[in-house]
Amino acid sequence: MLAADRLIALALMGLSLYFMWYAKALPIGWVAASGPGGGAFPFWLSAIMLAASSLILLRSFISHPHEGEKFFPDADAIPQIAGVIGLFVATIAVIPFIGTYLALIAFLFIYLKFFGHHGWVLIGILTLATPVVVFFFFEVTLKILLPKGWTEPFFIPLYAMFF
Amino acid sequence: MEVLSLLADGFATSLTPLNIMIVILGVTAGLFIGAMPGLGSVNGVALVLPLTFIVPPTSAIILLAAIYYGAMYGGAVSSILLGIPGASTAVATTFDGRPMALQGKAGLALIAAAVASFVGGTISVILFTIFAAPLAELALKFGPAEEFALVLLAFTTFVGLGGDDTLKTIVMICLGLVLSTVGLDMISGQPRLIFGDIPGFYSGISFLVLAIGVYGVGEVLYTIETSRISPAVSTARLRMRDLIDGIREMNKMWKTMSFGSVLGFFVGMLPAAGATPASLMSYGLARTFSKKPETFGKGNIEGVAAPETANNAASTGSLLPMLTLGIPGSPTTALLLGGMVMWGLMPGPMLFIEQQDFVWGLISSLYTANLAAVLINIALIPLFVWALRMPFSVLCSMVLVLCILGGFAPSQKLHDVWLIAGFGVAGYLLRKADYPLAPLVLALVLGPLMEKSFRQALISAQGDVTFFISRPLSATFLALAAIFFALPLIKMLRRRIAKRHAPAE
Repeated sequence: MLAADRLIALALMGLSLYFMWYAKALPIGWVAASGPGGGAFPFWLSAIMLAASSLILLRSFISHPHEGEKFFPDADAIPQIAGVIGLFVATIAVIPFIGTYLALIAFLFIYLKFFGHHGWVLIGILTLATPVVVFFFFEVTLKILLPKGWTEPFFIPLYAMFF
Repeated sequence: MEVLSLLADGFATSLTPLNIMIVILGVTAGLFIGAMPGLGSVNGVALVLPLTFIVPPTSAIILLAAIYYGAMYGGAVSSILLGIPGASTAVATTFDGRPMALQGKAGLALIAAAVASFVGGTISVILFTIFAAPLAELALKFGPAEEFALVLLAFTTFVGLGGDDTLKTIVMICLGLVLSTVGLDMISGQPRLIFGDIPGFYSGISFLVLAIGVYGVGEVLYTIETSRISPAVSTARLRMRDLIDGIREMNKMWKTMSFGSVLGFFVGMLPAAGATPASLMSYGLARTFSKKPETFGKGNIEGVAAPETANNAASTGSLLPMLTLGIPGSPTTALLLGGMVMWGLMPGPMLFIEQQDFVWGLISSLYTANLAAVLINIALIPLFVWALRMPFSVLCSMVLVLCILGGFAPSQKLHDVWLIAGFGVAGYLLRKADYPLAPLVLALVLGPLMEKSFRQALISAQGDVTFFISRPLSATFLALAAIFFALPLIKMLRRRIAKRHAPAE
């Protein structure tokens, strides 16, 4: 926990410096008779953030908070969490290519089969019903077109039917 | 008695068939969301908000408010049946609710929670009705200087009263405010913090993207980690006799319930406090003033009633500053505020003048939502027992699907879905390292208002900073803010002094 606390504090310090450097693109000082410039708000707030996260880091060396605590109390959970994050990111990454529907079907199948260990009936119902509900709710009712990627041609008959 | 006629007009809006249906739908959805461990009102509102484009703005807000309300009722269900709070706001309900369930009195505990929630909700809605118009009238006198001072005050309550690590709270507030400045500078119109000209950042970071990331993806990751062992669900049988017994028992607790309601309402108004501390305070006070304090924690029905009245009252209380001042009193109301802005309904005093139908329609819908919630809650108890047996993995997969779709729908940019994934992972790690997330979300929502009012005030005063302290109202807010900000420092000093004196004794 102590190491994680320090790492996160360091990451936040880095992030604040990055923000400060970016914010400098606009005037960060006082513009006469009109107050702070466009970059002042992000710049000085990042500076406060930098100061506070530096103090968190400094404090961790003085008072050793969270000593004896673990960042992941249950180490067995780590592969599962990493797996879910990986699956989620992969799903978003493939949406522009195979489209939302195939991506969602693959996501649900992998999630329910390998993380949930569910039976085929439940997996079948959820993976097939979800895209149908999504299509009617988002595309037909809300008129929000979801990305289809390579599967776009298969939807043309459906568009003709519902629009 | 002008309020009564306005309220009557409001009922004309909220009692249309569409809105009655919306309230029933919202409350039912809220009850289930609240009952699911890990999901609370804030997760529910974040996930459902992008789906509400399907109805007109007034109904959409009524729907979200109904979900908010339902989730407050639902939180008690898993506290009692699983011993795990369905939402953090229902933590105190586990203290006596779980022992009652283990003694075979789960049905009675659920009825007590529902009735107490109804009493808390109703008393607080009446208080809301009384205070809303005068507060909005006062807020009409606010200029940019007062607005800035008030937003600053809201943030300092997190520092002074939040109870989290002070430094970490400050980091989260600043991070939220900096993220809110991404996009085009509102005064000069120049782009800033667009991270290497990524076009997606030109329109800024939407509060919804952060909320879905933190409260959707982040929450799922947190739930996966913390609930790997499926808890045992207590069964609850509900007979007519339980219902009559329950109501008879509750009838003896008017003092506890009315006290909890008033306390909850006022604590709920503070941005840093809200429903969780209000329910804990109410529980503590009920035990202190009880004739048999030793029975608390062992299945005393009063220990269920006290926190449940307070957390429902607090949820109404946090709506008051959001609607009248434009300053949300909780993360959930921050999302409601963001949603209202999306539909062009700018919360704040002008809303009470320009959108009178909407405001009073919403207020009156809180009365109907309360009534609907208590009835649906009691009627659906067997269904909750069944739903709580649903495997977490099914729930988690559905939430993640909603995160992708809900992130994409409002802006129709995959850029936002990527941000959701990033915020989700970051939020999960920050939460594990004890960084509070509520100030982050609130800061992102209030950031633009804070910067705009600060710079507007200075432009109108031609750069004169003393403008903020020369106006009595803004000076008062700033003085209060300074006190809140200094509170942790004072506490630390007192602890130091006490430590120094301790060895001498």
